[in-house]
Amino acid sequence: MNVPRLIWAGWKFHVKSLTLSGFFVLTSVIQPIIFASVAYFMFQAGARPGTLLYVALGAGMMGIWSSTLFGSGGAIQWQRWQGTLEYCIAVPPPFLLVIVPLTLATATIGLYSLTATLLWGALFFDVPLEVANPVAFVVALPVTVTGLGLLGLVIASTFILYRNANALSNLLEYPVWLVTGLLVSLSLLPGWVGPISWMLAPTWGVNALREAAISGNPWPEIGMCLALGAVYLVIGYFALQHFEKLARERATLTLT
Amino acid sequence: MTVPLRIFFVGGITAYRGLINWLSPWIFVPTLIVAPIFQILLFVYIGRSAGVQSDEFFVIGNAVQYASIPCLFSMTHAIAGERYQQTLAYILVSPAGRLPLFLGRALPVICNAMLVAAFSLVVSGLLLGIDVPPSAWAPIALVIVVSSFACTGLGLICAALGLRIRETAVLNNVIFGLLLIFTGANVPIDELPGWMQAISNRIPLTHGIEAARELADGSSIGDVDGLIATEFAIGVVYTLVGYAALRVMEHESRKRASIQIA
Repeated sequence: MNVPRLIWAGWKFHVKSLTLSGFFVLTSVIQPIIFASVAYFMFQAGARPGTLLYVALGAGMMGIWSSTLFGSGGAIQWQRWQGTLEYCIAVPPPFLLVIVPLTLATATIGLYSLTATLLWGALFFDVPLEVANPVAFVVALPVTVTGLGLLGLVIASTFILYRNANALSNLLEYPVWLVTGLLVSLSLLPGWVGPISWMLAPTWGVNALREAAISGNPWPEIGMCLALGAVYLVIGYFALQHFEKLARERATLTLT
Repeated sequence: MTVPLRIFFVGGITAYRGLINWLSPWIFVPTLIVAPIFQILLFVYIGRSAGVQSDEFFVIGNAVQYASIPCLFSMTHAIAGERYQQTLAYILVSPAGRLPLFLGRALPVICNAMLVAAFSLVVSGLLLGIDVPPSAWAPIALVIVVSSFACTGLGLICAALGLRIRETAVLNNVIFGLLLIFTGANVPIDELPGWMQAISNRIPLTHGIEAARELADGSSIGDVDGLIATEFAIGVVYTLVGYAALRVMEHESRKRASIQIA
């Protein structure tokens, strides 16, 4: 079994298939643009002018989180509805290697958001697009996507226990936008939010992108994103194993 | 009870219960109870980050604006959902008057929207320590009723479009997002470019949000009666346009034999 080939082929397939979904295009492009516009207007009108590039990156990251959350949250449920879950589980490669490309693809689709918010900001709000450290930015981007994609694996493998996964996704969209400091400085939030934000890849991902874009040192954040990704992978592995075992024992694999 | 009234009340509630049967507490609580609170908190903190406006500005703006979620999604589904359930043809072939048939479905939607907006306002107000005079709560409740009605008119237009287009969830999400900008929920209207202000003044919720804010600041209902009347008038116009659009779509669907085609 060629693992890299399996992940590459699965990722490519899911990116193409998600790109055809109107819902994902909306989540990835239009919604972040709307939130970015609100934030641009607010920062332009505010007494504390923030860097608009800071806002654009944060809004783009909101889109990456949304597509990961909704895509990964519904991943296994969709396979069920489409009648493909049994095949995904029955094939020789481990189920983890079938699901990981999908969750990585949902995070990758979020790159449309980042592109959209940056271009939108540059065209209509004079957001400067100069990146201080292009090499670090190019490294930070795939690392961030991978971190979120692997967080998506945890979401996919745990949301399966909840029948209304979409409602849970709705529930988690705003709180994570808030506690990971995508548009809000974490120093403004209550102290107890800090440890929660440290456990979430979007916090480190957006900081890595900002540090790289606005002259800083993004490498510690990139490292944290990778480390968290590894932790998510382990959690996802055990959660999926547990889910598969339960589904086989109870013969509930195809029940929606 | 006369037939049109029965279709309006009984038919409206029955259709709502049948078509929105997926709105179980497991969906209602996360989506319509918890999510608006976090939307409000997000914008309050962005406001604090940017140093713009007060917490009260965002609490009231977003609480009233969130009424648009049930107004848009439920209203669209309460009519366009018939097509997905393959029951639209039976509805349209019936001799029932179209006005009570379609508008009756709006009543539960308005009630739901009022509940969502009022709950969000009270809970987030308590969480953030917003000081609203006790005398302002009843007029604010009236504003929420009128705003929910006005936004349901917009939902009726979306429902008509839902008889023609497939991706109604996408459409409603886009409109919800646009309302976040154009209604002044988060950005003061006078900070928007002129063309956006022109749109803001012609859409539901803008005047309702402004009226609610003024009431919370101590104005009397007499001071904001113009805003409430404008919001109501906008609601009437949108409802009439929505109703007309539904009739046009019905006519077109018959002509093209596309009533059940989803």
